[in-house]
Amino acid sequence: MRRLRHWGPGLLLLSPSLILLAIFVYGLIAWTTKMSVSDQHTALKSNGFVGLDNYKNLFTNDIQDRFVHSLRNLLIFTVVFLVGAMLFGLIWALILERGVRAEGFFRTIYLFPMAVSFVASGVVWRWLMNPVVGDGAGGINALFASLHLDFLQNKWWTNPTWGMAAMAMPAIWQLSGYVMALFLAGFRGIPQELREAAAMDGASTYRLYRNVIFPQLTPVALSALIILGHMSMKMFDLIMSVSGPQWLTEVPAVYVWQTLLTSDYAKAAAISIVLLLLVAVVIVPYLIYTNRAEKNS
Amino acid sequence: MTTVAVPPAAVESLAPRRKAKRPFGPASIVKYALAILFLLIVLMPLYVLIVTSFKSGGDIGVTSQWNLPEHWTTASWVKAWSSLRDSFFRTFQLAIPVAVISSLIGAANGFVLSRWRFPGADVVFTLILFGMFIPYQAVMIPLREIVTTLGIPPGIPTLVFVHCIYGIPICTLIFRNYYATTVPEELVEAARVDGAGLLRTFGWIILPISIPGFVVTIIWQFTSAWNDYLFAIFLSNTRNGPITIALNALAGAQSPDYAASMAGALITSLPTLIVYVLLGRWFIGGLMAGSVKS
Repeated sequence: MRRLRHWGPGLLLLSPSLILLAIFVYGLIAWTTKMSVSDQHTALKSNGFVGLDNYKNLFTNDIQDRFVHSLRNLLIFTVVFLVGAMLFGLIWALILERGVRAEGFFRTIYLFPMAVSFVASGVVWRWLMNPVVGDGAGGINALFASLHLDFLQNKWWTNPTWGMAAMAMPAIWQLSGYVMALFLAGFRGIPQELREAAAMDGASTYRLYRNVIFPQLTPVALSALIILGHMSMKMFDLIMSVSGPQWLTEVPAVYVWQTLLTSDYAKAAAISIVLLLLVAVVIVPYLIYTNRAEKNS
Repeated sequence: MTTVAVPPAAVESLAPRRKAKRPFGPASIVKYALAILFLLIVLMPLYVLIVTSFKSGGDIGVTSQWNLPEHWTTASWVKAWSSLRDSFFRTFQLAIPVAVISSLIGAANGFVLSRWRFPGADVVFTLILFGMFIPYQAVMIPLREIVTTLGIPPGIPTLVFVHCIYGIPICTLIFRNYYATTVPEELVEAARVDGAGLLRTFGWIILPISIPGFVVTIIWQFTSAWNDYLFAIFLSNTRNGPITIALNALAGAQSPDYAASMAGALITSLPTLIVYVLLGRWFIGGLMAGSVKS
């Protein structure tokens, strides 16, 4: 009883949040899951249980394999986005980490896109990624033409096979600065003595980075990947803003919205749950790992 | 302590370790050349936004896209402002309460989970944290159903409510890590020995030293509420929704007025950019805090 008096008030203070999250996170997920195994395909109420049929239909019976197509788009987008943002973030951090005059200025500029919403940046990227090539080219294509780099002109996101790679460009533009900030904090967290010891041992700059510094950055890289990865899975605003909802650039998050417009609740719920599972497969092990790592330290 | 993500420490650790004193060699010329090249690439979209927003209709032709305006005009700004004005002010009514309320909740939760712990606090914390990563589509369909069934009108108050709820995980995370690294356990113990209860300890001892944490969560929540589009599109419309909805209506028309769209995009981004430029150091700290572990 005395122990309860000790920690009881804390739990009490926390309980409103716990109740709200229990309802609005876990409760609503359960509700969506229930909807995804029902036959509520119209605005009318219906609670027939159909098991996993909605899921099966998504993978095997969707018109033109629309769902698989959206997953494929998401995969291309995610790979290009992650690789691009990690690469630029690391390069920028390396440049700034080596000591640059006016570092604060560079850092602020590299990071500013982060403050802009995808809806706002979509406006300008739609303009930049003007798909016209040749004489009437606009946006980046026009820039290529004036630099005599015409061969680089392309149709950007309207390319039916690799369009999603272009769609990742605005996302890379927006999040590379964030990765840079993470890496920069990682670099600065490495004790100076470690570098000095390596220098004393006669390690070259390359070996210093390769064998001493980069291994220390693994946790930072992992959290950057997790944050970017889960953002990528949810990507909605950017695509709605650059291309609008359309077949070429459809990802599951947009598909959910489009399906809801036709009031097919069961199908929309099933897509949402697949999306949730995709995120959970990555996030849950990460959270457990973090929790354990913390206990051991 | 492996969960770093400490706002003030992260900000400190971003400060340059040493001033660049080395003489300018070839390596440093390459370094600066690269830094400036990347700078130009990052600024390119901003250049386009600003230049285009001051052009007049006839000036937007394909061939002169990258040029400065021939005749500078603010007509597009006037047009954009008139269609965004109402939602611009509405979005302050959204983002400010969200920032304040969710920060307070986060502070209380973070304190309990770091310095007034109960058995199983870590598991509870992990369960809370999961809420930060979920794709909101997975809750949106029933959420909208609840809102319509209960007859809650779509618009700003509804959005404030949902942003506060789904902001709990990130704010709790930021404050938990802040307290765990900056508030000594002995301080809380001493207060306990003096007979101070939870609320007194929190209100009189902890809150006054929480300002750095608040700066981070307020900026973070303000920005994410301001920039949100997903909740807005589900739970509001152009008549009562935030500015992202209004901007999308302005810019997403069949044949968009590019000059007005770009002026609109700049107007939409201005508040978050100002917050960011003024409080950039802390904002960076907030970004660190977004990572569970770093």
